[in-house]
Amino acid sequence: MANFYLDNPSLKHHLNHPLMKRIVELKERNYADKDTFDYAPVDFEDAMDSYDKVLEIVGEICGEIITPNAESVDHEGPTVENGRGTYARGTQENLDAARKANLMGVAMPRRYGGLNFPIVPYIMAADLVSRADAGFENLWGLQDCAETLYEFGNENQRQRYLPRVCGGETMSMDLTEPDAGSDLQSVMLKATYSEEDGCWYLNGVKRFITNGDADIHLVLARSEDGTRDGRGLSMFIYDKRNGGVNVRRIENKMGIKGSPTCELVYRNAKAELCGDRKLGLIKYVMALMNGARLGIMAQAVGLSEAAYREGLAYAQERKQFSKAIIEFPAVYEMVALMRAKTDASRTMLYETARFVDIYKALEDISKERKLTPEERQEMKKYSKLADAFTPLGKGMTTEYCNQNAYDAIQIHGGSGFMKDYTCERLYRDARITNIYEGTTQLQVVAAIRHVTTGTYLNQLREYEALEYKADLEDLKKKLISMTDKYEEIVKLVTETKDNEYIDFHARRMVEAAGHCVMGYLLLQDTNKEESFRHSAEVYISYGQAEINKIYAYITSFDREDLGYFKQ
Amino acid sequence: MSLKIIVLAKQVPDTRNVGKDAMKADGTVNRAALPAIFNPEDLNALEQALRLKDAYPGTTVTLLTMGPGRAAEIIREGLYRGADGGYLLTDRAFAGADTLATSYAISMAIRKIGEFDLILCGRQAIDGDTAQVGPQVAEKLGLSQITYAEEIKEVKDGKIIIKRRLERGVETVEGKLPLVVTVNGSAPECRPRNAKYLQKYKHAKTVTEKQEADTDYTELYNVRPYLNLQEWSVADVNADVKWCGLSGSPTKVKKIENVIFQAKESKTLEPTDNEIDGLMKELIANHTIG
Repeated sequence: MANFYLDNPSLKHHLNHPLMKRIVELKERNYADKDTFDYAPVDFEDAMDSYDKVLEIVGEICGEIITPNAESVDHEGPTVENGRGTYARGTQENLDAARKANLMGVAMPRRYGGLNFPIVPYIMAADLVSRADAGFENLWGLQDCAETLYEFGNENQRQRYLPRVCGGETMSMDLTEPDAGSDLQSVMLKATYSEEDGCWYLNGVKRFITNGDADIHLVLARSEDGTRDGRGLSMFIYDKRNGGVNVRRIENKMGIKGSPTCELVYRNAKAELCGDRKLGLIKYVMALMNGARLGIMAQAVGLSEAAYREGLAYAQERKQFSKAIIEFPAVYEMVALMRAKTDASRTMLYETARFVDIYKALEDISKERKLTPEERQEMKKYSKLADAFTPLGKGMTTEYCNQNAYDAIQIHGGSGFMKDYTCERLYRDARITNIYEGTTQLQVVAAIRHVTTGTYLNQLREYEALEYKADLEDLKKKLISMTDKYEEIVKLVTETKDNEYIDFHARRMVEAAGHCVMGYLLLQDTNKEESFRHSAEVYISYGQAEINKIYAYITSFDREDLGYFKQ
Repeated sequence: MSLKIIVLAKQVPDTRNVGKDAMKADGTVNRAALPAIFNPEDLNALEQALRLKDAYPGTTVTLLTMGPGRAAEIIREGLYRGADGGYLLTDRAFAGADTLATSYAISMAIRKIGEFDLILCGRQAIDGDTAQVGPQVAEKLGLSQITYAEEIKEVKDGKIIIKRRLERGVETVEGKLPLVVTVNGSAPECRPRNAKYLQKYKHAKTVTEKQEADTDYTELYNVRPYLNLQEWSVADVNADVKWCGLSGSPTKVKKIENVIFQAKESKTLEPTDNEIDGLMKELIANHTIG
């Protein structure tokens, strides 16, 4: 009986991080809910035990329901008829199971029917679901929209919508339009206020909307007539019960085929404003996007895990030249790197999730009472770290999951090219992760300021100052020299003060930071848990070689050569 | 309309993934080597009960299980899925029971529970595979029974309509409440554990378990009385010791043989469609497959 939580000990390791004590204390407001809700924890140990046990449920649903459904869902996909979408049979089964298990409002406060879990266990569930079926994670992960509604909607809206979401109704976030993809400032869907009816009406078209036939939509629309930029956009809530939005088509995608990607037509769709006018893009969508990026990181980690397991199993089973192919250096190196990249991605994911947890909990508390100066300081610190780690992590982990899916097929050889093996679906599913919620190139744009202002470097020096066991000294030395080299690379590039040149090398610099950060995180994992040693050794060697490569490229690069790259 | 449902459930060794340590040298089941699980068909029965609870608000689902102290886990597993309560029949005197002694003990416990409309249980348990306990309980309580149920279609005006899965087809029958229903493995799988119920009931314990527990949530058991699971002994259910356990069990194991499967004969086929068709027909005819 497969249980994806229990068969992967690294999850418990990440769940039981020392910082959880602070996170749970903040999230549970000193366990105040215990007298109101019969399922609220009474103390820290009780809360941690609940996360552990609930993740066991998630792991079981993943192993017993979502995974067995994944192949048929991939083949069947969703369909559209008369403006309404229908999920594949397996998708519907997965959703029913998640609903019956009460897992649709994992991070929502209890007063709205949620489980009030911190981001760490919530994102761990996403990690598990993604390993089972990355496409289903897209539906599961839309719980994030409830978070946005909670943060920016008014109390009346929270009370009307959030219990429905926790009860199993699904959400969507309607942002993209045919002419507004990465550049959301160009959104044109029109929102008109009717004095007569006292409500807003939406008209226009949205494209590439995940779960477009959702029960409750968050919609980015132009509320300010005559504007053309982001400041004319507001966020709206559309309730399917009111009607007015139809699904015109469902895209035929390369991967994550179970997740319906819809084109939506709004015809006088009644909607209500969420939050303040004009803040739709510049505040709310930006906040929503950061949460969504963490979700995609989790998706990438789950996919990496799945790819690694597929690759390993085949390499152990497949015999050529009368031995298992995993005995050949060319193959075991691939498998080891897959494991190392998966562990590196996962440790990055949970470090980021912890940062997000602390600042979000404090932010939420600040709505109830004034924060102390220490708390304000704490919130600022973690908010900055979350802001720095989210794009770095999203960029690195989604590229790694693509590399792992690629290698999984390579290990399978010709068989991997056939539709008969799971690795083929993983390869297609992985391909979107480094594109949506901001391409890797856009993650670099978001991360580069933390390279130039030194957020990563400061954090690396803090990691360096931690205590490590004596037998990790050599690895630590390597990491110190990698960090020094990273610092030098950044200095070499930025001292030119040539913005185009800096942009040209931006991805290399961000990746160098990523190798150092992930290396240190794996060192910390190994310090606590010996089972990470192989991954730490393999990853740090790999990262060091990558940084040397970047260093060599940049030191031998002539700024004049930029011209050769232009078509 | 609301119903009072009792679900009979058994904790069994997981015989579905048997390894080489599954049997002891003396031919008895090595329970230590096999994880203890909720008997699969009892889970199917629980799901039927929970569906009735969904359909008819106010319905209560109570679990009844007999076994050693650790079988309290069965009650918690039921609570995690939506049951309302449960009783653990546990006493040294119940040990070694065959189906006759088991059904006697269970029927006494049901009398003790008192009111009910419906008793649901799995068709059979995967350790003994007798399929006798459900029907025997019905006999001892003087109730009608419907076996091999796959779907409870409707309960109305004191009557129940049930689809049965039989060897060569299905049959839809009507019965009068109260009665005993045994549920087939082809019925829908049980729903997953519910994250809220799990958090609500995870501290639920019997008196014995509370005494053995190392963590201290004493206060909790006063504030949340539903966390105290009921344990019943022979005396609690007014049973007669001589009809219980080993002394109440006329079944005697005469001999146990280890069966080792091995290939006896081999057959060579030409790789043609005809030959393969022929083999398929042969295998279907001798019931190897299909």
